[in-house]
Formats: sequence, structure tokens, C-alpha cells
Amino acid sequence: MSAAAEAVSDNAPQIAVEVDHVTKIYPGGVEALNDMTIQFPRGELTSLLGPSGCGKTTLLKIIAGLLKQTSGTVKVNGVDVTGPGKERAFVFQDFALMPWASVMRNAAFGLELQGMSKSEREAIAEKYIDVVGLKGYENLYPHELSGGMRQRVGLARALAVNAEVLLMDEPFSAVDEQTRRKFQEDILEVVDDEQKTFIFVTHSIEEAVYVSQSIALLLPRPSRVSEIIRPDIRRDISPDAIRRDPVYLDIVERIWQGLRTYVE
Amino acid sequence: MNIFGIKIPMMASLILWAIVWEIVGQLELSILLPPFSHIIIRMFEVIPTATFMNALWITAKCFLIGTAIAIVVGIPIGVLMGRSIVIDRMLLPWVNMFLSAPLTALVPVLMTLFGFGTKTIILTTVLFAIWIIVLDARAGVKNITPSLVEMTKSFQADFWQAFTKVYVWAAMPEILAGIRLGCIRSIKGVIIGQLLVSVVGFGRLFELYSANFLMEHMWALLFVLFFFAFLIAEGLGVLERKFEYYAASRN
Repeated sequence: MSAAAEAVSDNAPQIAVEVDHVTKIYPGGVEALNDMTIQFPRGELTSLLGPSGCGKTTLLKIIAGLLKQTSGTVKVNGVDVTGPGKERAFVFQDFALMPWASVMRNAAFGLELQGMSKSEREAIAEKYIDVVGLKGYENLYPHELSGGMRQRVGLARALAVNAEVLLMDEPFSAVDEQTRRKFQEDILEVVDDEQKTFIFVTHSIEEAVYVSQSIALLLPRPSRVSEIIRPDIRRDISPDAIRRDPVYLDIVERIWQGLRTYVE
Repeated sequence: MNIFGIKIPMMASLILWAIVWEIVGQLELSILLPPFSHIIIRMFEVIPTATFMNALWITAKCFLIGTAIAIVVGIPIGVLMGRSIVIDRMLLPWVNMFLSAPLTALVPVLMTLFGFGTKTIILTTVLFAIWIIVLDARAGVKNITPSLVEMTKSFQADFWQAFTKVYVWAAMPEILAGIRLGCIRSIKGVIIGQLLVSVVGFGRLFELYSANFLMEHMWALLFVLFFFAFLIAEGLGVLERKFEYYAASRN
């Protein structure tokens, strides 16, 4: 195990998700992941950051059970992952909402599939629609909402099933810049309040540094975890102050220096 | 449409053609083309008769049952084909073949198997309608955004839930287009079936009129059928447009 990975386990003793020597070769021989080992501490937001082609989305989908690894194991709370499960919930890059269903039904859909009664699941969904800031929009349909609001529905749906691990695949990449900043601030609050483990795929260095307790820097060809960074930036100051904080800016700069050789 | 700044209603050209028809009819050029006004008068004469009402009832019954069977059987097959490569490989050649095959040639076979009654007519209707419904449902399911399928899996929907709560709804715009096209083919099927069986419903009336050179009756009957076919197609078109909003927002 690398020194960086050990540093993580020192700071956070409990591990929620363990990825152990996972290799993924797509049909046709494209190697997306090569013998990857990484651990995700419980109750924290860990970003998977890296240039395109480093396998970050593949890794996330393997953890979700949506893709099968070629070899290696993934454990969530010490149990092997063989497919999707109740303890994990996914937030999709393109939201994946049902356009024929209202905000309420979309947010409650995970619970609906579990067979929960309508009144019960709508009470829970209502709470999380409020948490993500969409109170009053329950009866609207996705096409009546902006991109940012749609992703908030996606987040409410994932929170409503009360999974311990939330897997977020570039959740803000299809959202415009201003909305994204507000959303990033809100996600920090959700992480604080919900005590869940978040695994967050992003290609934005600033976003990763801003929202994460730890950042796993992935590099391509062969895909590997090059470094784990804990951006210990102050959280007690305002969001705008954080974005001007020298510590924050230094970490962004350092990651960029590490990545720039991989960008044509 | 505007001509010289005057708004012309959509159906205005039909009136023009009716006038041309009337003139040609009055010239008595052919027994096949009686004047338009005579046909209209004959229409109101024929419609209230018991034979006509009886034929209409049989046609409506066969059309509704046949179309219902085509929809209820066709949509699940199409959805399954869209979701399973194995089923798709097994059925697609057949569906494509029957879609373009001259199905009229099969009706005599159906007659020998099922007799000269409504059963044969219903089956002809199904045979005409089902293939396009299958193909459109299949296309709709194939067009579902991959992330919506992943969403369904990641929240652990079982097969039945995925089918009834997501796939059918996600494919609804294409399914409705399939139903509309299927209904148009159903109308063809129900009439062709009756013409070939020719002892029941409109088939018998057509047989009767053409054998006795009752051209006015014949045209009156055709107009009524055209009108119904048009009405059904338009009604389904309206329904389809109601679902279009989410076809655009799917991707």
C-alpha cells in the first residue's frame, strides 16, 4: 500500500468502501482500470479526480455494481459487491429522471421500487425535496425545471433511499457555472448533515478541492491512483473567502502541476 | 394557407375536388362515376338501414378486438426485443418479413383454418396491425437513454417493475406512433378480410353492390369507410402529440 493511502487510514479509521486490485478490461481489449487499490473513509466526501481516460467513471460504476470488474474485489462495509444494492445510491451525470413523472414521484422512485406505501414514501421524499431546496416544486415535471434543479431531484432520490454510500458521477458537469457554485456550497451542507460516505467523480480541480475531504488523484495509461490529497482548507469561513484562501489556491495549483503533463 | 390575403381553411381543396367530381358525374361519362350529390344522398339513404348498421357493427367489433390483440401482444414482444439481444435476433427477421409481406395472400389460408366468419376477419386485422406495433415498441425501447436503464438497475428494480414502471413509459412516444400506424393497417386488414371472406359485414355489401352495378351505393359505402379511417388516424395523432413533450426531453 502506498504511503498516501496509509495517511488516509490514519486520519479516518473506518473504511466504508474498499477497492482491492481491481482490473477492468472492456470487451475489445480496452483496459480502463489496471490493478487499482483504493479505500474510501466513512462519513467523508472523497473525489475521484483525473484527466479523461483515467477510469474514474468506470471505477464508480464498478462500485455501484453497474459494471462487472474483470478481476479484483470491491467491498462495501466488508461485504463483496456483486450487483447494485440498497446500501449504495447513484447520482447520474445526466440526472436520469423519468420525464413522465413529477418531482415527487421521481424523488420517491427508489422507495417505490422497494415496495413502500405511497403515503410513507412521499413523506420521506418530501423531506429530502426540502433538503435539496426544491420545496414547492413537488408537482412539477422535469422538463419544467432547470438543469440544476433536475440534478437536485436526482440527489433527493438518492438521499431518500437512505443509502450509506452515495456515488456521484460528475453530478454538476451538465449544470451551468453559477448554478454549480451554489450547488457545491449546498452539497457541503448535505455532507455535514447526512453522515454518509460520498464518492464524487469530477474533472474539475477547483470543484474537487472545494467539496472534498480527500481527493484521489487518478492518472491514465496505465490507470492508477497517483496520490491522495487531503485539502485541509478552513471550513469556518464563507464560501467566497474559501475560494480566495491561499491554502485552497495552493492545492489547486499543486494538483494542476501534477496533471498538466497528462493533458495534450 | 393564404391566397391573396384571404385565409383558406385546410379542407378547402376537398370542396374544389367535389365540384369537379359533380361536373364530371353530371356529364355521365362513365357508369363508374355517378355525380357527387347523388352519392351523398345515397349515403343518407343507406346508413340507417339494418344491413348497413349490422355491417358497421361487425366491422367495428372485428376492428376493436383485432387491434386490441395486436396492441396487447405486440407491445410486450417489442419491448422484450428491445431489451434482449437473443429474443431480438430470433424474432426480428420474422417481424421484418411479415411487415413487408403481401398479407392478403395469407387470408385464404386463414379461411381454410378458421372458416368464413368473424374469427378469420379478426385474425386478418391482427396480422395487418401487429408488426408495426412490435417494431415501433422495439425502437422506442432501444432509444431509452442508457442512464435511465442504469438508474432502474441501481435502484434494484426487478424485471416486472423495470418493464411496467420505466421501459414502457420511456418508449411511449414510439409506442403511440406504432399504435397509430397499426390502427391504419388494422382498418385495411378488417376491410380486406371482409372482402375476401365476402359473406359477412361490408364484404357482403360490397359484393352485393358491385355484382349489381350499384355504383352510388358503392361510393357511399367507401366514403363512410374513408371517413372513419380518417377520424381514427386523426384522433390517435392528437393523443400522440400530447406525449411528444417528453420525447424531446428524454435525451
